[in-house]
Amino acid sequence: MSQKVLDALKASHASAIERTESEHGDEIAWVKRDQLLAVATWLRDDPAMAFDSPVFCTAIDRLDWRPLGVPPSQHFKDENLRFEVCYQLRSSRHRYRVRLKVTVPEHDPRCPSLASLWPAFDWQERETFDMYGIRFEGHPDLRRIFLYEEFVGYPLRKDYPKEKRQPLVRRDDLPIASKTPTSERTEIAAGDSGDEETP
Amino acid sequence: MTTAPRDVESLKQLVLGRKDVQDLTDTEQELPPDLMTVNMGPSHPAMHGTVRIVLTVDGERIVKGDVQPGYLHRCFEKESEYATYTQVFPYTDRLNYVSPMINNCGWAMAVEKLMGLTARIPRRAEYIRTIVSEMSRVTDHLTCIGASAMELGAFTAFLYFLKSREWLYELLEKVSGARLTHSYVRVGGVVKDLPDGFDKDLTHTLDSIEKVMVEVEGMLNNNKIFHDRMAGVGAMTKEQALATGCVGPIARACGVDYDVRKDYPYSVYPEVEFDVPVATTGDCYDRYLVRVEEIKQSIRILRQCLKQIPDGPTMVDDPRVALPPKRDTYNTIESMIRHFKHIVDGIKVPAGEAYTFVEGGNGELGFYVVADGTGRPYKAYVRSPSFVHLSTANQLIHNHLIADVVPIFGMINMIGGECDK
Repeated sequence: MSQKVLDALKASHASAIERTESEHGDEIAWVKRDQLLAVATWLRDDPAMAFDSPVFCTAIDRLDWRPLGVPPSQHFKDENLRFEVCYQLRSSRHRYRVRLKVTVPEHDPRCPSLASLWPAFDWQERETFDMYGIRFEGHPDLRRIFLYEEFVGYPLRKDYPKEKRQPLVRRDDLPIASKTPTSERTEIAAGDSGDEETP
Repeated sequence: MTTAPRDVESLKQLVLGRKDVQDLTDTEQELPPDLMTVNMGPSHPAMHGTVRIVLTVDGERIVKGDVQPGYLHRCFEKESEYATYTQVFPYTDRLNYVSPMINNCGWAMAVEKLMGLTARIPRRAEYIRTIVSEMSRVTDHLTCIGASAMELGAFTAFLYFLKSREWLYELLEKVSGARLTHSYVRVGGVVKDLPDGFDKDLTHTLDSIEKVMVEVEGMLNNNKIFHDRMAGVGAMTKEQALATGCVGPIARACGVDYDVRKDYPYSVYPEVEFDVPVATTGDCYDRYLVRVEEIKQSIRILRQCLKQIPDGPTMVDDPRVALPPKRDTYNTIESMIRHFKHIVDGIKVPAGEAYTFVEGGNGELGFYVVADGTGRPYKAYVRSPSFVHLSTANQLIHNHLIADVVPIFGMINMIGGECDK
């Protein structure tokens, strides 16, 4: 449907695009991590593309990727390819849709943030960080969004056991004061620690 | 007997729990000049759903709002990874629990897209899906408008709308067996045909709902209080709506002419005639008007569907997704094994990934599914419109009064189950 976008991407950013593919009518472009921001900016600002509306952002953990009917050579082996961050974009003018994918290695889960280009990715990236532990660089306020700050681990990673339970226990090692935007939590945190010291 | 003025004052203080306003000195009567932080929610009577807002207020004016969702997080995605494709349907029911049928359809379409079945779904099944989806859209909008009106004091509108919503729920209960969590749609079709006399019942219900609509519109449209609380509150421009990913009634109230049913037609929507209402100002009042008009358009679609619905099977004739008939399951070993494998191992979906989206009650509801060839999804992501819409709330409530939070949240129509996944 949007093959034109993939062709244009390959023509204008040949060095940034690793490969492109179309699957079930969805167009996917694999972008190099350090050039994601440039490619995304171009997609938004170029009048022939005009991707003005973001759709979603999520990640895939390939740790257990052993699909049936696929030779073992294509199963998950390389931990440099463990995570894939997906950005789905929509162009309301041209009715294009494209999915940008970035591979993120296990030992260095960082990805450039697109929240500065499309404000919708602000919360979506926070959700991806919350669930997969991908650190979005340049994100204005990267906090957990669904879970509490005391939560340990990232639940949608394949190595997080489904049955694991984590009761909410207060942890003093968290830098709550510096992260929360409101003064209220700071005061509570300060007051609590003060109370503990007195006895 | 000593009734000195001081005692009266202390008695007053005892009763009031504070000093009487008249007894305060001038400096004491002034409001503190510094900003105040107030918690609204997570369980607040004027907001449907559980969401917490940390408000920094200057008097009554909101200087900064920090909306914190997540109080209803039930790990939809993690649970889905351990469930068979059919077992995910009950989970989708609990996403947007005001219009579960649309979620059912969205999930079924995502799996069908991965299996290449989209074009093979029987006509009757497609029509039934459209009918139940549009009924769900009506219930969604009725709930949204009714609840918002109630929060602004119009209790009658709420009761009238909930009454008509109940008529639709009763019909959906006849169709699926459950009032709220239907799990009616299956991969490849729907679980069973419509009950006898359904078209007569639905026509009667639609007529009744139209009458209720006239009544409630008469109560609300030109109601001074309702209009003053809604008009000009929480406005958003078209560009903002696009950049923040807003879709559905909220975006259409800002002038974004985008409806998945028209722009990326699916199911039988190309065969029915309907209009997409678009407003201009993008404030809460326009969101209300767009929703009212969408109810009328859904009723129009339903009437056409009832006329056009063909006879035929309601399940695709494909052994990969269709269960064998009950009679065979109990009488032949092959069918019994097939039934067992189908239930225990699940539908085998070939490896691949696809993003499918439908027009939900709140806008583009998408399912991004990654399959690995087994009977369980490798990843099941839901693009929930409520979550995207709620992320705009921080900007929308900025510089408004605390009382304006109520209509803004009402018209964002945040559904906790869908937003928090």
